Amino acid sequence: MTELLTNSRFANPDEAFVAIVDAHRGLDADASATLNARLVLLLANHIGDLDVLKAALAAARDGLSPAEGA
Amino acid sequence: MTELYRRAAVFQFEYRRSPDQDAETPVRHPVVVVGAGPIGLATAIDLAQRGNRVVLLDDADRIGEGSRGLCYSKRALEILDHLGAGARVVAKGVSWKLGKVFFRDDKVYEFDLLPEAGHKMPAFVNLQQFFLEEYLVERIAELDGIDLRWSNRVTALDNRPDGVGLTIETPDGPYTIETDWLIAADGARSTLRDMVGAQFVGRTFEDQFLIADIRMKADFPPERWFWFEPPFHGGQSTLLHRQPDDTWRIDFQIGADADAQKEQEPDRVRARLDRMLAGRDYSLEWVSVYRFQCRRMADFRHGRVFFAGDAAHQVSPFGARGANSGLEDAENIAWKLDLVIRGAAPESLLATYNLERSAAADMNIGHSTRSTDFISPKGPGAVTLRNAVLDLSRRFDFARRMVNSGRLSTPATYETPLSTPDRDSFAGPARLGAPLPDAPLTDGEGNDVWLLDALGPGFTLIAFSDGTPIAPLEGVTVLAIGAGWSDPQGLLARRLDATPGAAYLVRPDQHLCARFRAFDPDLVRAAIDRARGMTT
Repeated sequence: MTELLTNSRFANPDEAFVAIVDAHRGLDADASATLNARLVLLLANHIGDLDVLKAALAAARDGLSPAEGA
Repeated sequence: MTELYRRAAVFQFEYRRSPDQDAETPVRHPVVVVGAGPIGLATAIDLAQRGNRVVLLDDADRIGEGSRGLCYSKRALEILDHLGAGARVVAKGVSWKLGKVFFRDDKVYEFDLLPEAGHKMPAFVNLQQFFLEEYLVERIAELDGIDLRWSNRVTALDNRPDGVGLTIETPDGPYTIETDWLIAADGARSTLRDMVGAQFVGRTFEDQFLIADIRMKADFPPERWFWFEPPFHGGQSTLLHRQPDDTWRIDFQIGADADAQKEQEPDRVRARLDRMLAGRDYSLEWVSVYRFQCRRMADFRHGRVFFAGDAAHQVSPFGARGANSGLEDAENIAWKLDLVIRGAAPESLLATYNLERSAAADMNIGHSTRSTDFISPKGPGAVTLRNAVLDLSRRFDFARRMVNSGRLSTPATYETPLSTPDRDSFAGPARLGAPLPDAPLTDGEGNDVWLLDALGPGFTLIAFSDGTPIAPLEGVTVLAIGAGWSDPQGLLARRLDATPGAAYLVRPDQHLCARFRAFDPDLVRAAIDRARGMTT
């Protein structure tokens, strides 16, 4: 099983973060959610490893609790 | 799936009084099948073709209207062919292979089931369920051994270690019979399931779907069309299938909160259809609303009672896994029960029915649940992601592969103790534990014969000749390829990855259960014993 890499991987992490934020510029909440969804799907497919994907999902979900009644 | 309202009759049958009703003491039968739907009919026919006497009970006196089970898979067609109904189903049905998926106004994806040449049966055939039932009932009339009793409703079941007692209600009042074995194919709302106190676990989906069968002259090709959020249907999914006799089947998703009774009013149904069909002439044949469940019994066997079809497991309709998997249940139980009744296999063989078919049900439920979650996503995140997949599918192959409007039924490959593990390595599409792929052969007189038609009623050995004659094996049909039989296009050799001397053992239900690079009668005999449950 391949491990989820969580050490810093970008030569310039600031630029990577800004690139993602810039992609959301001018979008409302719905369009932003759509962009995120497309991005997740594109990147997940690029990684192409279900174990890594599941590890990333678990890390991302950590600390989020389901809404009342959901 | 569970329908909410009763169907009108397409074919009507007569209740006839049985001599059993006048017997002093309950008459004992070797096998009773309950439920004359496709699965009960198929089970009874398979058992009768193997020489068994079968009593088949049904609580109704009719075959009901409506398309219901609609898409029959290649494997189901092969099973029906073995039962003597395949030719009629294929001749009447609409063969199709292309599926198109639309998102809002655009086609985003299409799939071709790419039927391979060199198989007797097509990839899929659409046929109203009542036609299939009619053909099977007519097939029963050609056979000796099936006593089909309409208007016979089982009201009590006594499941004892040595047999099963049944109390049956009829228009003449109740009577009782006994049976060694019972097959319950009494459908999604199985009362026999309740009578044995079985658990039935899984998910219920809240979404409701409206089905309409319409008659319409249209030149649409015979394809499966699925719409996500079409403009004509207010953002919910719609599925269109072509059926015989200018009949079309449309499934509209109508949501969890729709009023099922009201939605079936002809004016409301017509309003939906008019928006979709934009000015075409059509007549409404049948309407129903359904919800569905993805669930199965924890154990398909309860003592001497075996559950098959919707009684044992239910799936969503997307993927055509209901009737098709039920027919696979029927072919699985029939040969095993036949061998046990004839004393040619130990009772322990029957345990493998649940083992093999519950694993198949889990696979079908998994596919069906994932399709349903894609078709009717729950929660804002799921909707956004589903629509993102559909958006991306216009441009990217990986997203097209995620579009799930129903993964169509494929036969089960059994991981089973009845298979002899491969000692040699084999490539090619044939898989140990899966149904044998068909292929065109030529027999000793030069006639063209399909492989699946050439298989014997019991075990069959397919032996690719290396020049050494194969000594007859008792009770085994031998197809010697290259010595009597030939494989003119080499398709069978390719599908089985055969080399001279290779031998393949096929179960009575046409599943491959052993294969060897070199024929050895002792190994073949051991494999047959294993497949009959003689060794574990």
